[in-house]
Amino acid sequence: MATFLLRRLANYVVLCLVATLLAFSLAALTFDPLAKLQGRNPPPPAAVVEAKRQELRLDEPIPQRFFGWLGGVVQGDFGTTTTGVKITDELVTRVGVTLRLLLIGTTVGVVVGVLVGVLSATRQYRLADYAATVFSFAVLSIPVFVMASLLKFGGLQLNQAAGTSVLYFQGEVTPSFQGSRGAELLNRLQHLVLPTLAIVLPQIAFYSRYQRSAMLDVLGSDYLRTARAKGLTRRRALFKHGLRTALIPMATLFAFGFGLLLTGSVFIEKIFGWYGMGSWFVDGVTEQDTNIVATVTLFAAVLILISGWLSDLLYAALDPRIRVR
Amino acid sequence: MTSTDKVAVSPTRPDPDAAAGALFGSGTQPTRRRLVLRRFLRSRKAVFGLAAIVLLFLLAYLGPLVTPWGYAEIDNTAYLRPPSAQHWFGTTQLGQDVFAQTMRGLQKSLVIGLLVGVISTGLASIVGSAAGYFGGWTDRALMWLVDLLLVLPGFLIISIVSPTFRGRTWLIFVLILAGFAWMITARIVRGLTLSLREREFVLAARFMGVPPWKIIFRHILPNMASLLIIDATITVGAAILGETGLSYFGFGVQPPDVSLGTLIAEGQDSAFTFPWLFLFAAGFLIIAVLSANLVGDGLRDALDSSSRPRRGTRDPEEP
Repeated sequence: MATFLLRRLANYVVLCLVATLLAFSLAALTFDPLAKLQGRNPPPPAAVVEAKRQELRLDEPIPQRFFGWLGGVVQGDFGTTTTGVKITDELVTRVGVTLRLLLIGTTVGVVVGVLVGVLSATRQYRLADYAATVFSFAVLSIPVFVMASLLKFGGLQLNQAAGTSVLYFQGEVTPSFQGSRGAELLNRLQHLVLPTLAIVLPQIAFYSRYQRSAMLDVLGSDYLRTARAKGLTRRRALFKHGLRTALIPMATLFAFGFGLLLTGSVFIEKIFGWYGMGSWFVDGVTEQDTNIVATVTLFAAVLILISGWLSDLLYAALDPRIRVR
Repeated sequence: MTSTDKVAVSPTRPDPDAAAGALFGSGTQPTRRRLVLRRFLRSRKAVFGLAAIVLLFLLAYLGPLVTPWGYAEIDNTAYLRPPSAQHWFGTTQLGQDVFAQTMRGLQKSLVIGLLVGVISTGLASIVGSAAGYFGGWTDRALMWLVDLLLVLPGFLIISIVSPTFRGRTWLIFVLILAGFAWMITARIVRGLTLSLREREFVLAARFMGVPPWKIIFRHILPNMASLLIIDATITVGAAILGETGLSYFGFGVQPPDVSLGTLIAEGQDSAFTFPWLFLFAAGFLIIAVLSANLVGDGLRDALDSSSRPRRGTRDPEEP
């Protein structure tokens, strides 16, 4: 079991490095960070462009640039942006912003999604089941950026109905907010509600669909009837024998669900004006900045690695056949 | 794709129209096809979805013929007007006709979605069956590639290479989108190939000296045709979402061409004050994705008797 998990971990680390190398090389090949400087009117002297080229190390071969950057990363230095800002300084706050969104999104999404799935499976073809099915079909067909707009509209209506600003749409806290610790926390919460809803709703829809069909498979099984026949209550049989088995496919889905979440967070950060990793990435591509793009890809790859590994771990915890092998 | 039987009784018989036959119930094997067709038609959501997709296609391609305005044309007498008899969906700040633009965007999004669905399923079936059939190093190398592409966030990589789309054909964009959509299906195909490889009709063909690629295309892939059809449909919905998402950030379909994603991005800021800039594009996008998803779900009910949660199943070889 330990060897299995370690082997998977080693495999994931190699994949992570290759993924970052690929992203770095592609970015270095396609980006033209000098275009903005050269496009200025009046055009800057050639010496200035040349100095910038030297500064960004554009003359060196890509592998050399990559390993130079990676050497810095190992020592905690992620390089500088094209405008000369140190990436490491901004990294910590941005990672915090994104992780907050992702952690809440995953936890609430998985828990509520599984519960909704179980509920609609146990009440198959009844009102609750139909409601859940319609909900997840609708939500999974609405792109995140449209969903964010709809939520903003809902928030606007709520604010108008309440007469004050109950929910905010921009940023994670009101700029230059003055007040006690509790008031600040409340302010942050008011900013958090809509982005979190935007990220959680698709997750709930995603997990509940699969949980429903996994649970339906289990509900028809012989061992569940046996459990009932030997005298367990319906609830105990369902949760102790049924849900545990029905959760196994969810463990493998978890890694995919997380990928979905990561892409979603790019849109949500951009639309709700959060300065996290996702919005940084979009800015990095627009500014043609290789270092930013490589840093965010490394972050994303590490997160996917962790979620993949967690999914293996959950799988092993839920399915004894894996542990024995 | 040839026959959709679970067991190919006479595996060498070519049957080129079977993929269409499975959908429309015409052909030489009445029982299974009729059954599938009947199940498909009985599912109201699937019929509704299919009808909606056909209608959307008709609208997207016939609409521009009916309206006097082109999607890039500018009406200097009407800036930012609400929907009227002249401009059915209103006009933009520049005086472009929103109806013409929305139809053009719908064309692009639908065509890209369909192409990506077909290409990625084709790629998945080739890679998955090769990995499963040949085994050994082929299998290891291909599955490593699959793992790598699953770790690489496709959205990020496509955004990074997006500057190369500028001024080129959008077909490159389609190929790259498809290149990041096939991995999970390839794993499922590989798992199925592993079990089909040992079946009698495959062994018989192999001992008769049929070359491996012929076995794969004639005997192995036809036996999972239903899975591939379902998968292509599901991928269409996902591809439309992916395309519009990338175009939303300007990383997909490039101006002067438009997609529903670029239209939504432009209209979003004024969504509350000038709703026609946002609502029509967003509405058509949701209807398109919803119908693709409904067809996929209906097909799964009709074709796949076990109806297991496909995306979550892993092949038995791998924990």
